[in-house]
Amino acid sequence: MNIFLKLFITFSKIGIFNFGGGYAMLSLIQNEAVVKNGWLTNAEFADIVAISQSTPGPIGINAATYVGYTSVMNEGYSQGLAVVGAVLASLSVIWLPFILMIAISRYIMSHKDSKAIKDVFRGLRPTIVGLIGAAALLLMTSENFGSPAENPYLFALSIAIFFASFYLTGFRKANPILVMLVCGVLGIIFY
Amino acid sequence: MLFKFFMVCNKIGAFTLGGGFAMIPIMEREFVDKYHWLDKQEFVDILLVAQTTPGIFAVDMASHIGYKLKGVRGGIVGAIGIALPSIIAITVIAMFFQNFKDNIWVEKFFKGVRPAVVALIAAPCFRLAQKANLNRYTFWIPIVSCLLIWLLGVSPILIILAAGVGGFLYGRYETRRGTDNQKEDRR
Repeated sequence: MNIFLKLFITFSKIGIFNFGGGYAMLSLIQNEAVVKNGWLTNAEFADIVAISQSTPGPIGINAATYVGYTSVMNEGYSQGLAVVGAVLASLSVIWLPFILMIAISRYIMSHKDSKAIKDVFRGLRPTIVGLIGAAALLLMTSENFGSPAENPYLFALSIAIFFASFYLTGFRKANPILVMLVCGVLGIIFY
Repeated sequence: MLFKFFMVCNKIGAFTLGGGFAMIPIMEREFVDKYHWLDKQEFVDILLVAQTTPGIFAVDMASHIGYKLKGVRGGIVGAIGIALPSIIAITVIAMFFQNFKDNIWVEKFFKGVRPAVVALIAAPCFRLAQKANLNRYTFWIPIVSCLLIWLLGVSPILIILAAGVGGFLYGRYETRRGTDNQKEDRR
């Protein structure tokens, strides 16, 4: 089968079966691109993970773009067609969930005043605080902060960055983008 | 207005670092505080829907908001707007900078950003709590869901589904009690 058709089918599947956010999507992509189709080697996939994480943008889109590009290149096509593969893979990830989301939005908006929808959301709302709290706790790892045993100076710096950003974005309404950029520059200077 | 929406989505897509939840404060700032395209309660609602549906969280959010603003066309503009900066940046990196990730400056930059991203995720916790329908009967819900996800590895989707079903059933229970009372009133 044509590589482009395969990319389309594979990434459509990855898009619609991804329920767990970006990191869960990476494992789906690994299974399809490395194990099943052999488009990439494991080392190439590790590169993709590193690049998707160290580049802005949703991790799922980043990884799809990179896999689309690399797999078409590995099949021996030109760079121009590889760019087509990159765009195709990214759009394939999006389109099915998009249709689903529009259908749900349409339903919610036309039934906004129905009692059932209101009840469902009344039940949902309290969970948001727990969901966000858990997401933050799960990210408090040595990968993100360093560890005091390994390098106490850098660990202290990470903690300081965390609390300063927390205060500024949480209580001072500082621009989150600006905060991230400043922290990145601090990283370049101090790490 | 659609163009402005597109540019805002571009900005959000370009600055999403470390997964979807980190852009909640950015989305809140742009969509709710700055442009008033939706209110805070709606923002929380749609956040939960986007988290439950498959696909990429940021794209789902933008699709819904775009749809609300300008129908299907708006939805497409939102989805493409979020994805476009990624597609361009990654394609350029794949073409020219195979050793991008080994660059020492990039590595240092992201070491500085990572703790800030965790803070960005933690911060809305308190602000959204005000719109989260919390009172002395429901305050245990976020605590229990947080512990289930964090310590027992329960999927957030299961928590959301359970809460939705719970809300629906409680509503039915309330209605039934209400109509029973009305019947008795009529008698």
